[in-house]
Amino acid sequence: MIELHHNELRFRFPEVHSRATCCISFLRTLRIPDDNRSYPLPPGLSPFPLDHVDDYAKQVPEEWRRHGGVFLPMHQAEAMWINFESSYPMAVKVAAGKINAVTGEEWSNALSDEPSQDYLVLPDQPWLDGFYAGEGLIRQFVAMPLGEGYTAEEQITGAAEHGGVQIVVYPIKASVYERLRSPDPLMAYEADSDTVHMMACAVPSMGLAPGGLMQQEIYEDEHGIDVWDTSTRSRCFVHLLNSLQYVHVTGTEPPTRPPTASEYTAAGLPWFEYYAADRTALKGAGKLLGLDSVAAKKVKQGEAVLEGNEAISPTNVRTVRAGRNTVREGVF
Amino acid sequence: MTLGAHIRSVREQRRATDRSFSVRQVAQRVGIEPSYLSKIEREVVPPPSEATIRRIARELGENPDLLLAMVGKIASDLREIIVARPMLFTDLIRHLREAPDHELRRITREVRDGDW
Repeated sequence: MIELHHNELRFRFPEVHSRATCCISFLRTLRIPDDNRSYPLPPGLSPFPLDHVDDYAKQVPEEWRRHGGVFLPMHQAEAMWINFESSYPMAVKVAAGKINAVTGEEWSNALSDEPSQDYLVLPDQPWLDGFYAGEGLIRQFVAMPLGEGYTAEEQITGAAEHGGVQIVVYPIKASVYERLRSPDPLMAYEADSDTVHMMACAVPSMGLAPGGLMQQEIYEDEHGIDVWDTSTRSRCFVHLLNSLQYVHVTGTEPPTRPPTASEYTAAGLPWFEYYAADRTALKGAGKLLGLDSVAAKKVKQGEAVLEGNEAISPTNVRTVRAGRNTVREGVF
Repeated sequence: MTLGAHIRSVREQRRATDRSFSVRQVAQRVGIEPSYLSKIEREVVPPPSEATIRRIARELGENPDLLLAMVGKIASDLREIIVARPMLFTDLIRHLREAPDHELRRITREVRDGDW
């Protein structure tokens, strides 16, 4: 079951284990420069507001009602990252426009590790900032209108059909969890209870496109795929609205646009890097490596790149170590 | 408000914009005599059965649980749920008796997964 609490999706599996809970939220952030240089992790400025689709059933498209789930507002070319919080191990698949953000494959509910792992493992993975572009690099999630060819969905499938963000969560089997938390060297999970959480969503009129490069790894599943309890699962479709649509649907204003990366950096505010020495990063998948970033697409189409794309040199970079407090927030 | 007065109030509101909400036509669609519906509204007869209250609620676009509660009744499906696991559900209901509305909504509200 999934509940919505203070702009956070709470996935619970009481039928598996009383502690089988994880939280996912979607954070507003800076759009990093899209210039093929890699940047540290930008801050989380605040969670995007989340609403039940069913609460606005008369104002949203029929397709959204069919999908269920939640929605959130994004300005065009605004970036987001997804925050995960869980002390109970979970396998999480994340897709944008029903394109898997780790492998670039089209959506399927099931977990897979062939030919490559297509899911994230919590609590090892505290955040996801974009499409996995290869060992240690991510292409930032950037909201773009569907139908203009920018989104990962359109670049891979040739169609602008789904948009939004899709998430499915599987808990680890209770028997495995009990073994992990027993007093032996594998009892690693209780220590991470102060990680932050967040979630992500998307809608048919907006999708997520690959933006600038940043340093982030997706970690290999050290448990093996058989530990996940596939007898249950919870899914959520997160629809994305642009700011005008959001006002039309909800009657309220979305959050303001975040500062540009150069404004934020000039103010001396922190960027982040995540350090997990004992984790192995996935190699990354070919399909996502070949995507055009928003800037590359604009150049190909003979258009000007987005404003606020000037290169920057962050100097205030804070290291966040695995297993410690993973809060990654900026104030502006 | 009592059940009869509520039914009459809602029906009259509908009738102000839709003449098919006369006593005669509503009774016909519900499957009872117009005189019986009139007596229900005036509360000169005992409250109707659960099935009749449900049909009236459906016809007027009202919540049947709300109308049943007005005459101290509990829907039969709820009764079945409680009777199936009496200890669990009676404890739960008593425990939640003092909880504020927003807490109750939080407990019962799930993000719905659909077809995608």
